[in-house]
Amino acid sequence: MQPQSPFALFSIDHLLSEEERAIRDVVRSFIDAQVRPYVADWFEAGSIPARELAKGFGELGLLGMHLHGYGCAGTSAVAYGLAALELEAGDSGIRSLVSVQGSLAMYAIHAFGSEEQKEEWLPRMSAGDAIGCFGLTEADHGSNPAGMITNAKADGSDWVLNGSKMWITNGNVADVAVVWAQTDDGIRGFVVPTATPGFVANEIHKKMSLRASVTSELVFTDVRLPKSAMLPGVRGLRGPLSCLNEARFGIAFGTLGAARDCLETAISYALDREQFGRPIAGFQLTQRKFADMALELGKGMLLALHLGRLKDEGIITAEQVSLGKLNNARESLTIARECRNILGGNGITLEYPIIRHMNNLESVYTYEGTNEMHTLVIGQALTGLAAFK
Amino acid sequence: MKIAVCVKQVPDTWAEKKLRSDDSTLDREAADGVMNELDEYAVEEALQIGEAHGAEITIVTMGPDRAGETIRKALSMGADAGIHLVDDGLHGSDALATSYALATILEGRGFDLIIFGSESTDARMSVVPAMVAERMGLAQLTFAQKVEFEGTQVTIDRVTDSGYDTVTASLPAVLSVVEKINEPRYPSFKGIMAAKKKPVETLSVADAGLDMARVGASASWSAVVDFAARPPKAAGTVVTDEGNGGVKIADFLVGQKFI
Ligand SMILES: Cc1cc2nc3c(=O)[nH]c(=O)nc-3n(C[C@H](O)[C@H](O)[C@H](O)COP(=O)(O)OP(=O)(O)OC[C@H]3O[C@@H](n4cnc5c(N)ncnc54)[C@H](O)[C@@H]3O)c2cc1C
Ligand SMILES: Cc1cc2nc3c(=O)[nH]c(=O)nc-3n(C[C@H](O)[C@H](O)[C@H](O)COP(=O)(O)OP(=O)(O)OC[C@H]3O[C@@H](n4cnc5c(N)ncnc54)[C@H](O)[C@@H]3O)c2cc1C
Repeated sequence: MQPQSPFALFSIDHLLSEEERAIRDVVRSFIDAQVRPYVADWFEAGSIPARELAKGFGELGLLGMHLHGYGCAGTSAVAYGLAALELEAGDSGIRSLVSVQGSLAMYAIHAFGSEEQKEEWLPRMSAGDAIGCFGLTEADHGSNPAGMITNAKADGSDWVLNGSKMWITNGNVADVAVVWAQTDDGIRGFVVPTATPGFVANEIHKKMSLRASVTSELVFTDVRLPKSAMLPGVRGLRGPLSCLNEARFGIAFGTLGAARDCLETAISYALDREQFGRPIAGFQLTQRKFADMALELGKGMLLALHLGRLKDEGIITAEQVSLGKLNNARESLTIARECRNILGGNGITLEYPIIRHMNNLESVYTYEGTNEMHTLVIGQALTGLAAFK
Repeated sequence: MKIAVCVKQVPDTWAEKKLRSDDSTLDREAADGVMNELDEYAVEEALQIGEAHGAEITIVTMGPDRAGETIRKALSMGADAGIHLVDDGLHGSDALATSYALATILEGRGFDLIIFGSESTDARMSVVPAMVAERMGLAQLTFAQKVEFEGTQVTIDRVTDSGYDTVTASLPAVLSVVEKINEPRYPSFKGIMAAKKKPVETLSVADAGLDMARVGASASWSAVVDFAARPPKAAGTVVTDEGNGGVKIADFLVGQKFI
């Protein structure tokens, strides 16, 4: 019998339109050609050709692909999810670059920006000529961003920004930062060109995860911005949280890409690798692992596609996005760990993608809302009681 | 300029290809269909010619229903329109029948240039472009690795075993390209979405005015009489170096006619 891929076993293609498949296939072949051959080296070196990648992604239409106008492609949410999946099958760090650009930085400007801000930034960002980052988390305020101390004070016709942000993806390669800060009027968003005096980005080194991604600390010392730098369209935490919802939706799909790559690698390895005179794929214990992992992968994909259809209808809720982020980040990490085991000693090297995906997924498990925070969101939805406020 | 690009849907290059047990033709259902790789270069060349000189680009394919995906891929790369010849009666057509069908639908549409890949990956006859040119009475510029225009003259570098020849013809002409000619682009998402709205004309054998007796398996001059599965890989020859390893390897290569 011919082996089938896990998604083929679930007839996932049957649930996709021709256009969705076409978009998925383009991203897959782009990643296979432009990322897969190099990414282990980038990961080992802890650096990526971010500008070059952004340019290539921009030409495809990946950056802000689900937004409309200003040079953005305007695809469906499902197509965006499928693209995130294929990107993350390459590497979670590469997917992070695209998520932060499109779903955090561009989305914030698209949803809450002035016409002037949109015209200035979105066309360049969608083309990959300008890179964006998104500063919400602070060293002392992660799961509870409401406690942030970064602040912007009105001074004549200007704003003056002070404080710092931590764990900011794309920080050192960004041309523009969307920064959330306390003001007299509550939490507000600011569009900050990174060349503004007083803006400093310090790259975070010694990471063991998302090494093919730039992560930075941002420090603001009397950063003087014009009145027009504030995002006029939103006040309070609702702003950043609605951006995070966009990115989390992509992550519900994305993590499955990393898991799929692990599982496919492990199956092909186990078919080749012989111990006790036969392929380890022929042992019942191995097959049970494959069956369990394929089930979780397929169930995760059905959930992600369901969420995608709800999002395309415009009726998805934040709690539903939590279901997807929580389940798919968790199950993908479990799959990566089990696949690592199946490769034995070879599983710990960068010759195979698995330990890279596994380490990456530790970050994905934490960012965009930790496992615990999404659990509490779901708990609140089920009981009506907030355990975290 | 009006350009036609002939593209063929072939089984995925990496998939195992199978022949059907009933009529010995290629089992096109057994693997995913993709655009013949060299035809992507043909489409890219048309797009680049269009970008430099202005052109309306029509994609032409003969193949089953799902070959429509291959037209859509070319449209999403940037071509303008498609013509899809699809009919059960075409099944089993050989190169003569295929070139007759293609020449018939290309005829009379005013194309200045008709671009082909130089070979398909499934049947690899590498003759359809020349046959179409002959049937249409057009100059053939085949195996091009470079194309240049001057007025209505087109000049190519034609790849040969020892280098290349420079060949010039006046339009209208038939061109076939090799992979050295360019680097095909990825379809952009905007291109993919716009492709849905581009016109694709679907023709049957009757619509195209083809003679039923000249297409399909029964009309083909060649037929597969018999076939067998490839035998399992035999063990390789191991050369043990006892001081004369180099000589033994050379003898082996001579025996296999490699040197
Ligand atoms: C590689 C990487 C990239 C990132 N990129 C960005 C970015 O681009 N922009 C940005 O703004 N942020 C970014 N982040 C930050 C990320 O969102 C935070 O790390 C995350 O929100 C968790 O915050 P923390 O690290 O401060 O952990 P903490 O909030 O200190 O959490 C530590 C642990 O305590 C648990 N915990 C916290 N509160 C509760 C509770 N009430 N009940 C039970 N358990 C609880 C958490 O679940 C977690 O397990 C990034 C992080 C990483 C690792
Ligand atoms: C095992 C096997 C044996 C065969 N034996 C023979 C045989 O002996 N003689 C024979 O004549 N045929 C044979 N065929 C038929 C064969 O199926 C081809 O379809 C047919 O000959 C077309 O040639 P090609 O694909 O080799 O085209 P090539 O000449 O290699 O293709 C060159 C270019 O022509 C264009 N083109 C080719 N086909 C199409 C199409 N359908 N629509 C649009 N553009 C197209 C493309 O631009 C392509 O790049 C055989 C097929 C198989 C599977």
